[in-house]
Amino acid sequence: MSWKRALVAGAIVLPLIALLAFGMTRNPNLVPSPLPGREAPDFELVTMPLDGNASAAETIDLTALRGNVVVLNFWASWCLACRDEHGPLSRVARAYGEQPVRFFGVVYNDSPENAREWIEAMGGQAYPALLDPDARTAIDYGLYGVPETFIIGSDGRVRHKIIGPVTETELRAQIDELLAETPVAPPAAPITETGVAG
Amino acid sequence: MHAALRFLGALALVLVASAPVSAQDATLKTRPPVVDGDHGLDQSSPPGAGGSTTTGVTGAADLERRTSLVASGLRCPVCQGVSVEDSPTELARQMRAVVREQLAAGRSPDEVRGYFVDKYGEWILLQPKASGFNLLVYVLPWLAVLAGMTVIVLAVRRWTRPLPAEASAQTRAPASTFES
Repeated sequence: MSWKRALVAGAIVLPLIALLAFGMTRNPNLVPSPLPGREAPDFELVTMPLDGNASAAETIDLTALRGNVVVLNFWASWCLACRDEHGPLSRVARAYGEQPVRFFGVVYNDSPENAREWIEAMGGQAYPALLDPDARTAIDYGLYGVPETFIIGSDGRVRHKIIGPVTETELRAQIDELLAETPVAPPAAPITETGVAG
Repeated sequence: MHAALRFLGALALVLVASAPVSAQDATLKTRPPVVDGDHGLDQSSPPGAGGSTTTGVTGAADLERRTSLVASGLRCPVCQGVSVEDSPTELARQMRAVVREQLAAGRSPDEVRGYFVDKYGEWILLQPKASGFNLLVYVLPWLAVLAGMTVIVLAVRRWTRPLPAEASAQTRAPASTFES
């Protein structure tokens, strides 16, 4: 009757092995974000003027940026991987300067002084840095760490989330995809100006 | 045979007593309604209560208690297996502030948990919801205990079975003996 035993043992062990094998296919460090496909959490954040002059700060309201593809990059001066993506981000931001794409860096759990020094040390940033007091916007976006980049479509929905440093090819491909989807070229300039309330 | 039964009884007791996960489940599940109840009492007391400062203090203490209760069920995103309540990190502190704020604004603990699930996915809950695939986590340990008990019962029955004279002929067919 050893075949019976083997059957019982198999019935117990095989599902267990299957379960563990399924576990091996998953990366425990990658937690899928529920945000892509959903409307991007709204925010109103103040820019961080690089000269430290607070009066030059502007308020950026996400809803006012509808019609634009928005690239929202969370970063911090204490984050090493953020150095790697600074070049690609700035290059892509410059390359799409004429198109309805807006880039923003959100400073995550960092002092404005350190953030400013970091930008200077990195040779400037091609897009505004936003201050996020108490990480409210970061929590609203379900942030796990930095760097994380959200790409928001012109309809205001989060379309992509990139965990870790972005690469130029990846970023360009995702922006191009969203730009191609945009049916009619939106009136980028006026919307941008109302979005930047002064 | 009696000795075997006594042994099994003792084993079952030990298993039940040393089931911390299920005990924790029970406390986590029963706690929130109790807290809501407390909150209900607290809300109903101000009209009759004389000292407004006392209610203010108890209200603040109650808020802190409810904050830590919700926060202890949320996973700190930048830690390894630590709750938002226990983590000393900056993000956990900020998340506790969000919990406190939302509770103070009148949201229920479930609604606050819902907010974080909405942002981070169900991953943020330290205790997964007992539905769908997650049920495995709840059912498998008990199945394992049941399987273990069955194995022990079968083994003990085999060990304590009086060996008849013709045992040599039957020992190779234990399965059929067990099922009888």
